[in-house]
Amino acid sequence: MSFPWANHYAPKHPLMRWLDEKLPLPRLVYNAVGAGYPVPRNLNYFWNFGVLSGAALGIQLITGIILAMHYAANGLVAFDSVEHIMRDVNSGWMLRYAHANGASFFFIVVYLHIFRGLYYGSYKAPREMVWLLGLVIFLLMMATAFMGYVLPWGQMSFWGAKVITGLFGAIPVVGGPIQTWLLGGFAPDNAALNRFFSLHYLLPFVIAAVIILHIWALHIPGSNNPTGVDVKGPQDTVPFHPYYTAKDGFGLGVFLLLYCGMLFFAPNYMGHPDNYIAANPLSTPAHIVPEWYFWPFYAILRAFTFDIWFIPAKLLGVIAMFASILLLFFLPWLDKSPVRSGNYRPAFKKFFVLLVIDVLILGYCGGAPAEEPYVMISQLAAAYYFAHFLIILPIVSKLEKPLPLPNSITEAVLAKSGQA
Amino acid sequence: MATLEHSETPGEVAGDGVRRRDFINIAAVSFAGVGAATVLLPLINQMNPSADVLALASIEVDLAAIKEGQAIKTIFRKQPLFVRHLTAAEIAAADKVDAASLRDPQTLEQRTLAGKKQWLITMGVCTHLGCVPLGAGEGEVKGEFGGYFCPCHGSHYDTAARIRKGPAPKNLEVPVYKFASDTVVQVG
Repeated sequence: MSFPWANHYAPKHPLMRWLDEKLPLPRLVYNAVGAGYPVPRNLNYFWNFGVLSGAALGIQLITGIILAMHYAANGLVAFDSVEHIMRDVNSGWMLRYAHANGASFFFIVVYLHIFRGLYYGSYKAPREMVWLLGLVIFLLMMATAFMGYVLPWGQMSFWGAKVITGLFGAIPVVGGPIQTWLLGGFAPDNAALNRFFSLHYLLPFVIAAVIILHIWALHIPGSNNPTGVDVKGPQDTVPFHPYYTAKDGFGLGVFLLLYCGMLFFAPNYMGHPDNYIAANPLSTPAHIVPEWYFWPFYAILRAFTFDIWFIPAKLLGVIAMFASILLLFFLPWLDKSPVRSGNYRPAFKKFFVLLVIDVLILGYCGGAPAEEPYVMISQLAAAYYFAHFLIILPIVSKLEKPLPLPNSITEAVLAKSGQA
Repeated sequence: MATLEHSETPGEVAGDGVRRRDFINIAAVSFAGVGAATVLLPLINQMNPSADVLALASIEVDLAAIKEGQAIKTIFRKQPLFVRHLTAAEIAAADKVDAASLRDPQTLEQRTLAGKKQWLITMGVCTHLGCVPLGAGEGEVKGEFGGYFCPCHGSHYDTAARIRKGPAPKNLEVPVYKFASDTVVQVG
């Protein structure tokens, strides 16, 4: 569906008209990300991050396909083949750094995209499906990133694989066999490396497919906007192209500047030195940490140092870590406030800021060693994380008195420019 | 049964409301389902350890060179194995503890072979998330209970390699082994 006033695709060139009759692909593109998609006129720069995530996936696909031409997924030579890429392959160092830092930047823009959705209520009706599909993409990204990190077969790769597959070992009764099944052995070895490579190559294409569903689901109600007020008429929208292609293009330029700055001047800043040591099953690095984008979840995993009743601490941590993400699938039904945008929700706004701080604290603790005071801080922060979604949001959405909403997007825009 | 002369039309409803086509439908789809599930089995099972991984032979460890108070790290089934020659003091420390009070209640006797109490042979795999605990190598941290210490998430094991403090749920695993002679032990 689109708004009735959307521009209609009318190819002028005979070749395009011929193509439109046989395979209306240009029409699909025109209606999806061209002049045929009407978008609220008031989107701010936080709405850039969807397109930026897509761009980051594109970078990962291109660099990844090239790296796979030079990489060998065999436990005996994998580490050496990565060094071969770094030292011998023409421009190999750049491609590998682009891929490693590209993963981090992919997560940066996706986290901003998620928090944009959280603040402006983009997960609420009628966009629940957009939110749910987005979470599926997020889970797929985490699986892909984890398996990709194993491929260089350094110390962090090996021990990361051992610890993360060990999470499944925490499941009662079937956990041990599941872990063995996942690894194809009793410890990470050639079998695990090969299957991780196979899946690491596959999953980005699955992500691309789910992104198509994500955009499809988005285009049924159309994009949300900073006021959270529905589009009422043609005066509230502008065509995606050229207005937002230009705005996204500018954002993309800024993104690429930051990305290239990191890539060329601090390519190892977000990595771990231990991963430049070849995997050694007999020696555990003193301080195992995942990549920074997993830190908040890793902190929740480690927050459980005590058993509750008959449930061992190890299992509790695993349950809590998975629950912290699965919880988000229920968000559209936990926050019952009909007002979408945080701009008009004074109480929600404050708690939103607290949540951001809380996640940053969790992230910091997840990267710190497993000792006091970080354990206690992560316990408190993990408790607050769950309280935010399960207790605070439902109560706030009941008690809060929202500010008066503008009658339309246009009214909000004109009122703002009138003040300026 | 219908014959050529009196054939029922495919969509015709018999007395009990069941069409002949319904039966064909259910039978065909059920068979296809069973077939698909059967094909799925090897697709899933291929991920289990392959024959060469399972065939890793048992190993023999020569104990003659391990002095009292020493420990060695070796490899058993691609995972570290700790062989430790306990001192009298370490045995006494392990025996002093009331096993029933432990998270994973076991005595030193249950974790060693009869008459060979000084030989503590365990996997070097932390039962929490699989890191290699410290304490077997020369000069490594042995933790608060003088056995092993896992640096990943801070699990402390005592001189019988029993979990005493930290997140690990179980004692370090004791593999199947037997003494081939007085100084050679066969693991696996």
